[in-house]
Amino acid sequence: MRSPLAALAAREFRLAARIGGGGGMGLVFFLILVTIVPFAIGPDLNLLSRIGPAILWIAAALATLLGLDRLFQADAEDGSLDLIRMSETPLELVVLVKGLAHWATTGLPLALAAPFFGLLLALSPEAMGAICATLLVGTPALTFIGAIGAALTASLRRGGLVLSILVLPLMIPVLIFGVSAANAAVGGTVPFATPFAVLCGLSLFALVTGVFGSAAAIRSGSA
Amino acid sequence: MLRYANPTLFLDLARRLIPAFGALGALGIAVGLYLVFFVAPPDYQQGETVKIMYIHVPAAWLGMACYSLMAISAVGTLVWRHPLADVSQKAAAPLGAAFTLLCLVTGSLWGKPMWGTWWVWDARLTSVLVLFLMYCGVMALWNAFEDPARAGRAVAILTLVGFINIPIVKFSVDWWNTLHQPASVFRMGGSTIDASMLWPLLIMAGGFTAVFVALHLAGMRNEILRRRVRTLGLLAAQREPEAPVEALPEAR
Repeated sequence: MRSPLAALAAREFRLAARIGGGGGMGLVFFLILVTIVPFAIGPDLNLLSRIGPAILWIAAALATLLGLDRLFQADAEDGSLDLIRMSETPLELVVLVKGLAHWATTGLPLALAAPFFGLLLALSPEAMGAICATLLVGTPALTFIGAIGAALTASLRRGGLVLSILVLPLMIPVLIFGVSAANAAVGGTVPFATPFAVLCGLSLFALVTGVFGSAAAIRSGSA
Repeated sequence: MLRYANPTLFLDLARRLIPAFGALGALGIAVGLYLVFFVAPPDYQQGETVKIMYIHVPAAWLGMACYSLMAISAVGTLVWRHPLADVSQKAAAPLGAAFTLLCLVTGSLWGKPMWGTWWVWDARLTSVLVLFLMYCGVMALWNAFEDPARAGRAVAILTLVGFINIPIVKFSVDWWNTLHQPASVFRMGGSTIDASMLWPLLIMAGGFTAVFVALHLAGMRNEILRRRVRTLGLLAAQREPEAPVEALPEAR
C-alpha cells in the first residue's frame, strides 16, 4: 500500500499537470509576456539583450503568481483540505508536496525553457546559461513565498488580487539577486558566485519559512 | 498586560490616557515647531529646507517602530492569545501606513530642491517604499475577511513573515543599490547633527510619538466598540422572531 504522502504527491502532480488547460499554460503565458515586451519598448536588440534577464525574471514571478491562488483554494472549497488536515501526515509535509508540485509545473519548465526565450531577447550564450541556472534555483523561492500568501487567502473570494499584493513585496529580494546574478555572468564588477550563493540561500530560507508559514496559516484559517 | 485583557478595564484606561497623550503630543509638537521655525538655525548648505527634516525623520522613525509594534502584537495574537493583541495590530496598521506615507511625501518634497528630483531609486527610499507596500498588504488582508478573529490570526502570520523579511529586503536593496550606484551622492545621516538642531528634532519626535500613542489607543477603543456593535447586531438578529414572509406582489 502506498503511504498517504506518496498518494498525495501523485494526486498533486497529476492535478498540477492537468488543471486549467494543462501544465503547459505557464509556458504559454511566459511566451506571451516575453513577446509583448518588445512591442512595448521597441525591437532594439541591444536594449533587449541588456534588459533580457530582467524581463525573464519578471515574467517568471508573474507566471508563478498565476497558479498560486488555486494552490489551496480549490482544496478548501471542496473540503479535501479538511480531510488532509485530519490525516496523520504533518501539514508541513503536505505544503511541501503541494509547493513542489506547483514548482514542477511552473518554475521548472520556465527554467528549462529559458534558453529558448533567451533567443527571442538576443541573449548571449553565457547569459542564457546564467538565467537558466538562476531561474532553476530561484523559482522555488517564488513558489514557497507565494504559498504563504495562497494559504492566507485560501478562504477568500477573489483572493488572487490580495495574494499578489501580499506576496510581490516579499519577492523583491529574490528578484534582485536573480537578476544581478544573471547580469554578473555577462560582465560586471561582482563575480557570478556571490549573488548566486545569496540566491540559493534565499531559496532555502523561503522553503523553510514558506512551509511552516503556510501550514500555520492553514491551521489558523479553519480553526 | 494581562489585567487589561479585559476590554472594559482597557477602555477605562484608554479614556484616561488618550487626552493625556493627546495633550502631550500637542504640546510637544507646538514647542517643537516653535523651536524649528524660530530657534533652530538654517543649514549652511541646505538653507531653510532643512526644516523638512523635523517632520521627515520622526515620521520615518514611527513608520518603522509601528511595524515592530505590529509584530509584537502578532506574537501576542498567536502565542499568548491576548484578546487585545489583534485589536492593537489592526489599529496600528493604518497609522504605520500614514506615517510611512508622510515620510515618503516629505522626503520627496525635500528631495526636489536638494537633489533636483522627486524620487531616486536610492536604497533607503526604496526600502521605505517596500515597507509602505507591506502596510498596504496588511490592511488589504484585514479588509478581506469578515470574521475579525480569523482575520486577526491570518494578519498576524503575514506580519511575522513580513517582519523576518524586512532585514532581507533592506539588505538586498542596499546590495542592489550599491551595485548600480557605487558612489552615492545622497548620503543621509552622514554628518553628525549639531545640538541646536538635535534638540528640536528630539522634541518633535517625542511629540509625534505621543500623538501616535493617543491615536493608537483611540483606534483600539474604536475597534473594540465596533466589535461590540457587531456582536450586539448578530445577537439581536438571532433573537428576532422569524419575520412573517410577506407574499410577493403578483406580477400582472
